[in-house]
Amino acid sequence: MKARTIALAAAFALSAALPALAADKVKIGYVTTLSKGPAAIGKQMQDAVELALDHLGKKMGGLPVEIVYADDEFDPEIGKLRSEELVKKDKVDFVSGFIWSNVLLQARQPIFKANTFLIGSNAGPHELAGKECSPWFFSTSWQNDQMPEAMGKYMTDAGIKRVYVLSPNYPAGRDMVAGFKRYYKGEIVGEILTPWPQHADWSAEFAKIRATEPKPEAVFVFYPGGAGINFVKQYAQAGLKDTIPLYNVFTTDSTTLKAQGDAALGLLSTMSWGADLQNDANKRFVADFKKKYGYIPSFYAAQAYDSIMLIASAVKAVNDKIEDKDAVRKALKASDFASVRGQVKFNNNHYPIENFYIQEVVKDADGTYDTRIKGTVFLAHADSYGAKECKMK
Amino acid sequence: MTALLLIEQTLNGLQLGVMLFLMSAGLTLVFGIMNLINLAHGSLFMVGAYCAALFLEWTGSFVLAALLALPATLLVGLIIEIVVLRTLYERDHLDQVLATSGLILFFNEALHLVGGAEALYLDLPPFLKGQVKIIPGSPYPLYRLVVIAVGLAVALGLYLLVTRTRTGMLIRAGASNRTMLSALGVNVRLLFTAVFGLGAMLAGLGGVMAGPIVSVQSGMGENVLILAFVVIVIGGIGSIRGAFIAALLIGLIDTMGRAFMADLMGLVMSHTAAQTAGPTIASMLIYLLMAGVLFFRPQGLFPPRGR
Repeated sequence: MKARTIALAAAFALSAALPALAADKVKIGYVTTLSKGPAAIGKQMQDAVELALDHLGKKMGGLPVEIVYADDEFDPEIGKLRSEELVKKDKVDFVSGFIWSNVLLQARQPIFKANTFLIGSNAGPHELAGKECSPWFFSTSWQNDQMPEAMGKYMTDAGIKRVYVLSPNYPAGRDMVAGFKRYYKGEIVGEILTPWPQHADWSAEFAKIRATEPKPEAVFVFYPGGAGINFVKQYAQAGLKDTIPLYNVFTTDSTTLKAQGDAALGLLSTMSWGADLQNDANKRFVADFKKKYGYIPSFYAAQAYDSIMLIASAVKAVNDKIEDKDAVRKALKASDFASVRGQVKFNNNHYPIENFYIQEVVKDADGTYDTRIKGTVFLAHADSYGAKECKMK
Repeated sequence: MTALLLIEQTLNGLQLGVMLFLMSAGLTLVFGIMNLINLAHGSLFMVGAYCAALFLEWTGSFVLAALLALPATLLVGLIIEIVVLRTLYERDHLDQVLATSGLILFFNEALHLVGGAEALYLDLPPFLKGQVKIIPGSPYPLYRLVVIAVGLAVALGLYLLVTRTRTGMLIRAGASNRTMLSALGVNVRLLFTAVFGLGAMLAGLGGVMAGPIVSVQSGMGENVLILAFVVIVIGGIGSIRGAFIAALLIGLIDTMGRAFMADLMGLVMSHTAAQTAGPTIASMLIYLLMAGVLFFRPQGLFPPRGR
C-alpha cells in the first residue's frame, strides 16, 4: 500500500515536471464546424490548415507539427467540451479555429485556464476585445465590429441617407449592428433582429421594408452561411434587389456564392482580405489552394492559413522553446510573418490592425462566381474596444 | 397603406401555411394511422430538395427536375418503410424515436457525401422568377403564388382522396380504429406502406417547393419538422383537415407576429426595447398557441372522429 502511494506520488511529481521538458513536437487543436449546415465553412478552414502545413513542410521551426481537428457541431456547449478535451486530454500547445462568436465565448475559459494560447481564425466578439481581453488570445481575423464599421463608412461616403438594417439576434449579429451604427452617419429607418439560427423566411420582413416611409435607400445585412443563401435568394425573388440596393457583411463569400448564383451578382460587402489582394504570400496561397482543392478560397480559409503561419512564426522565433509561454506571447505579438492580408499589426488586445476593402460579387469568364476588390475603405484600422476598454498594454 | 400591408402579410402567412401543410399531412397520417412517430419526416423533405437540385443539374429543367424528384422521394420513402419502419410498428414510441432520429443522422451524412458540404444551387427558371402586382405598389413574387396554388390544389386533392374514395375510407377507418380495420380483413400492412409512401411524397413535394426559397443543404429538414409537429398537435393527430387548418393558422400567426409584434409592443414600451423583444416574442407565439391547445383541448382542434 505504502509502496503504491510512493509510486503514485512519484508519478504525479513526474507528470508535473513534464511540461518543463523541451517539446518534441508542436501540437495544435483546431476547432471548427465540420458537420451540420455550416460544414462547408469548416471544410475550407481545414483545407487551408493542411495547405499551410504543406507550405511549412509539416514543420514549425525545427519541430514536427500535429493537428487535432475538433468539430464544434455549430453548438457552443459542444465547442466548450471539445476545447476542454483538447487542452486536458490531447494536451495541445495551441488551440485555433472558431467560426462562431457564441461558440468562442463559451469555449475560451477552459483554454485560458490551461494557460494555452488561443489563435482565433474567424470569430471576433467584442467581449474579448474590450473588458475581457486576454493575454492568451490572438486573432488572425478581425473584431466583429470592424467590417460593418467599414461598410458604415463606405455607405456614408456614398451619400446613402436612409438605411434599413437586418441581422440575426446573437452576439456577432449585435456586434455587427453596433459597428455599423458607429460609422454610418445617415438615418437608420428600421432595424430587425431575427431569431438565430432557425429563421429562414424573410417575406414578412420584406413587406415591412417595402412599407417603410420614408423609403429606405439601401438595406444593410449580416447573414453568414446558409442564412445568407436564403436571404439573398429571397431578396432577389421579391424584386427588391433592383429597387433597394443590398449591402452586406459576411453574406456573400465563396462558400455561399455557388448556391446564391445570379441573385448575388453585383452585391457589395466589406472584408479585410480578398482572393485578388496583391501580395506575394496571398498570390502563392490562392494559386496553390486552387491547384490543390479546385475551388477559390474564402476569407475563412485565408484566416485559417494565417493562424497556422502566425503560430509557425512564433515557434521559430523562440527557437522551438514553446514551453516558455512569455517568450511565445512576445513572438506572437510581433506578428512577424508574411500574412496573406498584407501588413498586419496587433492592437493592445491582440486583434489585428489591418486594411478593409469594399468587394463586389462578379462572374468570371468560366462562369464561377467570385468577389473583386473595388477599393480600400480603411487603412490600418484598429478596433474600437482595445484602446478604450482593454487594460493590456 | 396598412390594409395593403395586411393583405400582403396574409399572402405570406398563407404561403408558409401551405408549405407546413405539405409537411404535416404525411406526418399526421403516419402518426395517426400507423401510430408511428417518424422523426425522419424532415429528412424526406430534405431528400426532395436534394433530388430536385441534383436532377436540375442533370436535366437543366426545373419543371422536369421537380417532377422527377417526387417519384424519387416516394421510392426513398418506400425503402425506409420496408427496411426500417416495419420492424418498429409493434415497438413503443421511445424505440421509434431512437430509430428514426438515427435515420436523421444517416440522411444528413449521406446527403453530405452525395452533395458535398456546400449548399446546392437550386434556382427558379425565368418564367417563375418575376413578380406580380396583385397589390398596388408592392410586387409579389410569382413563385410564392405558385407555391400557394400548388399547396391548395394538393389539399383539395387530399380532401377528395380521403372523403370520396375507398382508399380514403380505409385511411379514415385506420385513423379511428386500427384493430377493427384489420379484424375486418383489410390488408393493413399494404395500407401502411401506401400511406407512408404518400406522406413521403408530400414531404418531398414540400422540399422541392422550398428548395428555390431556402438553402439546400444537409440538415435543412429539422426546423421544418419541429413546426410540422406543432401543426399536427394543434390540428389533432391523424386528421388531414386538422393539419390543414392548423398549418394555415400557424403560418398566419407566425407571419403576423413577425410583421406587427414589434410595432404593437412599441405602443406600451420604448421603441428600442420593442424592436429587440418583438421578434423574440413573435417566434414564441406558435408555441404558446400549442401550449394553450394542449391545456384546453389535448386531443387537438379537429381530431379524427370515433376516438
